[in-house]
Amino acid sequence: MIEAPETWLPTAIAGLVGLSLAVAVVATAWPRQAHRIGLFGALAVFAWVLGLSALFVAAGPEAEAAATRVALGGWEAPLGLMLHLDGLSMTLLVLTAIVALATSLYSLGYIHDRIERRQFWPLWLWLWAGLNMLFLSGDAFNLYITLEVVSLSAVALVAFTGTAAAVSGAVRYLLINILGSLSFLMGVVLLFGEHGVLDLVLLEARSEAGPTERMAAVLMTAGLMLKAALFPLHVWLAPAHGSAPAPVSAVLSGLVVTGSFYLLLRLWMGVFAPLATPAFGILIGLLGVAALIWGSAQALRAGRLKSIVAYSTVAQFGYLLVAFPLMLVDPDAWRVVVFFAVVHALAKASVFLAAGTLQHAAGHDRLAELGGVLRARPRTVFALGLAGVSLMGLPFTGGFIAKYLLLEAGLGTILAGSVIGVLWVVAIAGGGLLAAAYVLRMVAPAFHRGPERAGEAVSPWMDWVPLGLATVAALAGFAGTLTLHTLTLTPGAP
Amino acid sequence: MDGGWLLLAILFSSLGPGIAIFFLPEHRHRLRITLNLGGAGIKLALVGVLLAGVLRGDEYQFSLPLMPGIDLVLAADALSLLFASLSAVLWFVTTVYAIGYLEGSPRRSRFFGFFSLCVSATVGIALSGNLITFLIFYEMLTLATWPLVVHRGTPAALRAGRLYLGYTLTSGLVLFTAIVWLTLLAGAEGFTPGGYLGDLSETHALSLQVLFVLLMIGFGVKAALFPLHSWLPIAMVAPAPVSALLHAVAVVKAGAFGIIRVVNDVYGAELAIELGLTAGLLVVAAFTIIYGSIQALRADDLKQRLAFSTVSQVSYIILGVALAGPLGIIGGLVHLVHQGITKITLFFCAGNFAETLGIHRISELNGIGRRMPLTMLAFTLGGLGMIGLPPLAGFVTKWHLGLGALEAEAHWVLGVLVLSSLLNAAYFLPPIIRGWLGERREPWHEPLRDHAGPTRFETHWMLLFPVVFTAVLGLAVGLFSGLGLSPLGWVSLIVQRDYSLPEFSL
Repeated sequence: MIEAPETWLPTAIAGLVGLSLAVAVVATAWPRQAHRIGLFGALAVFAWVLGLSALFVAAGPEAEAAATRVALGGWEAPLGLMLHLDGLSMTLLVLTAIVALATSLYSLGYIHDRIERRQFWPLWLWLWAGLNMLFLSGDAFNLYITLEVVSLSAVALVAFTGTAAAVSGAVRYLLINILGSLSFLMGVVLLFGEHGVLDLVLLEARSEAGPTERMAAVLMTAGLMLKAALFPLHVWLAPAHGSAPAPVSAVLSGLVVTGSFYLLLRLWMGVFAPLATPAFGILIGLLGVAALIWGSAQALRAGRLKSIVAYSTVAQFGYLLVAFPLMLVDPDAWRVVVFFAVVHALAKASVFLAAGTLQHAAGHDRLAELGGVLRARPRTVFALGLAGVSLMGLPFTGGFIAKYLLLEAGLGTILAGSVIGVLWVVAIAGGGLLAAAYVLRMVAPAFHRGPERAGEAVSPWMDWVPLGLATVAALAGFAGTLTLHTLTLTPGAP
Repeated sequence: MDGGWLLLAILFSSLGPGIAIFFLPEHRHRLRITLNLGGAGIKLALVGVLLAGVLRGDEYQFSLPLMPGIDLVLAADALSLLFASLSAVLWFVTTVYAIGYLEGSPRRSRFFGFFSLCVSATVGIALSGNLITFLIFYEMLTLATWPLVVHRGTPAALRAGRLYLGYTLTSGLVLFTAIVWLTLLAGAEGFTPGGYLGDLSETHALSLQVLFVLLMIGFGVKAALFPLHSWLPIAMVAPAPVSALLHAVAVVKAGAFGIIRVVNDVYGAELAIELGLTAGLLVVAAFTIIYGSIQALRADDLKQRLAFSTVSQVSYIILGVALAGPLGIIGGLVHLVHQGITKITLFFCAGNFAETLGIHRISELNGIGRRMPLTMLAFTLGGLGMIGLPPLAGFVTKWHLGLGALEAEAHWVLGVLVLSSLLNAAYFLPPIIRGWLGERREPWHEPLRDHAGPTRFETHWMLLFPVVFTAVLGLAVGLFSGLGLSPLGWVSLIVQRDYSLPEFSL
């Protein structure tokens, strides 16, 4: 007799944490072989996550059956630590696995210096393990710890090339992260002082719209907005993401920022849900519109390829803020927001990887002098364009499906009688046009008449991985139904 | 077996080779030609199979869930086959022409890759079973055409490309919003002859009117309706096969086809009349017909004149649809085919003049009929067809449009038709007269022969044969319009089948 999938889930969850930590520890202990360990570890973790997601979906369709809480060491909350898996965390785990595998393969070609390899791989594997634990953590303090693991390894990754620009970028990034983490931690302390528990499920049951919750909400939200580079706390993002090595930029813009956003969403859907008023929603939505315009304007002015991509992240995260008031009208819209974040992460990571290949070939990423290399590397430009189409929200890509669902939610609020809904719809639709304009800036030089210059040779990994990931981002459109279904397996969410 | 696989196979017969071509190294000349012509040939054969099936009355449908409650639907009805067979036939011809036209030029893998994507998107549009699927392929077409418009990489080409994208993407967003809105109101219904919005006409009349305007803006840019047409004449800087694709096979046709679908299969002619929507569309179409012709008269550049002529001619299709009676719709639908065949002939001719002799202007055409008699003959047939000289294709169109106007009691439309025919004559006769009767004293420049050596015919055979073929086709669809399988016969079948009008007879 085959046992039901849900009986395997707790083991599989604990196993995922164990496996990703083990890979990171072994690579740290044996840096000479770190890249080999990293490659096999990446494949193993990727396969594990896929297996876990199959188990998870099979355990549905009741949300309570699939979502699983694992008490580490047999101690239940509030005493012990809980691992927590539901549809939201599962979706982000799969996203992380896909982007991380692509980044790992890309890094095989990108980082070939022996010393750099020893530094990069352990840090990168810690970052990935941190993200996996972040998505699986079920209590506020653990979330803080995993957030710190992610942030600190991210800072080290920005700095590891050791150039003056990288180090100064990393220091700035470090300060921002410390500020954000401290703010978050104070919120956690306030909540713990008030309710005496840290477990998110228990906190949600006890929380009400009191002054302590308000203070905690302000602190934690501000801290996470700073980390997620949400407008107007975004100014640090472009220099940090733009100066990091390509695979690091891809992970920062694709995953780390998304991780902070995940936390925001998790908190506002649970503990802070009673605090969300329509007026607050409109304020957040207006910030989102400002982010869309400001980010796109900067991306249209930037002179460097990677800066364009980095500013595009600021703009695209504006959509997530615009979606906030929509969620207040139609609570179901949160799944659309997550799907949008997933699709954006896939597309943004491939754009950064493609930009990295071009930068490596040319030796710089000044757009004005990049024409020859762009003309000589149609494959990379194609990857850039394909992922760009997803950012614009045009078919066949995942971006289109996400944009469709967002527009549907926006128009739904208008039909429900909200006048300001018109602004959200115009922003959602018009943002695609701005995205088209800055994607065109990156791609169009490839079509100018002029000499070709292949530049420095790049490894096949760097040539093909961006295209592969961009294809995944495009085909994500077909995974829309599956993703939205997985997300319904989140107990407690609407 | 579910007939849906046939639809997928038709889609992939150009998509597959297109993707393969992207990855071909530039020097794999023969393999690229094999893939191109193989794909085009297979598509033609499959469309033939589908045509026979639909004629038998078989149902074909393929659907794939995209979002909760919303499917990607491919379906074949008589109307979609009209467009699908048009694009399959003309694509084959254009592929041959493009291979000849671009011989020896750089970056052919990129060109033919996007070329195939374009045609896949067009066939997808033809076979779309609901508005969302339509939108998906419609936007794909926009994206796949841009690299072709800017193919030459000159500043003028890039400017045309920017303008093209600016117009089409903006209108695409309007369309996108309108379709999401409509789907929220009425659900993701499939195209239904006679429309599916009847239930909403009482409660949501204003919304439906606003939505119609938004949809027309969305489709009107590609269909080059005034005042949304400006991109089309500027995009004529693209290579001749691309112009053929823009003007005859794909882009403007996609816009016109969208308008047909919305009026007939989403709103339904009855509801559209009741809400007062067709009257407005009729006026815009009539104005565009006259405006395009006047602009064409002022152009000296041959391709620019042809481009403005397209602005004018495509509006015949919309005029027919806006007349919203069976005869008017027949005139409009049949012009979808007639305009395609005729205009592609004219653009091929213009391309042949430019490639073979370096001639771009009408004032340089003097005596060209003696140097390139076959091409000039084809141009003459095309031009006279556009003017509407019986028994050529354009006459069949105008005849039915006129009857449709009488049927709808819109007598002023007859005036528009007569005026526009006069204007057609005024801008097509001068190049024809110059070509046959004009005198040229100095010898011709021969860029093609200087570059590629002597040619057996008046120009490269791959440039000449497509022109001759489409010219003969244009003659045939007019001459044999009484036969059941002619475009007119097929269109009558559509109108009879979909609109089940008992009192109607040809």
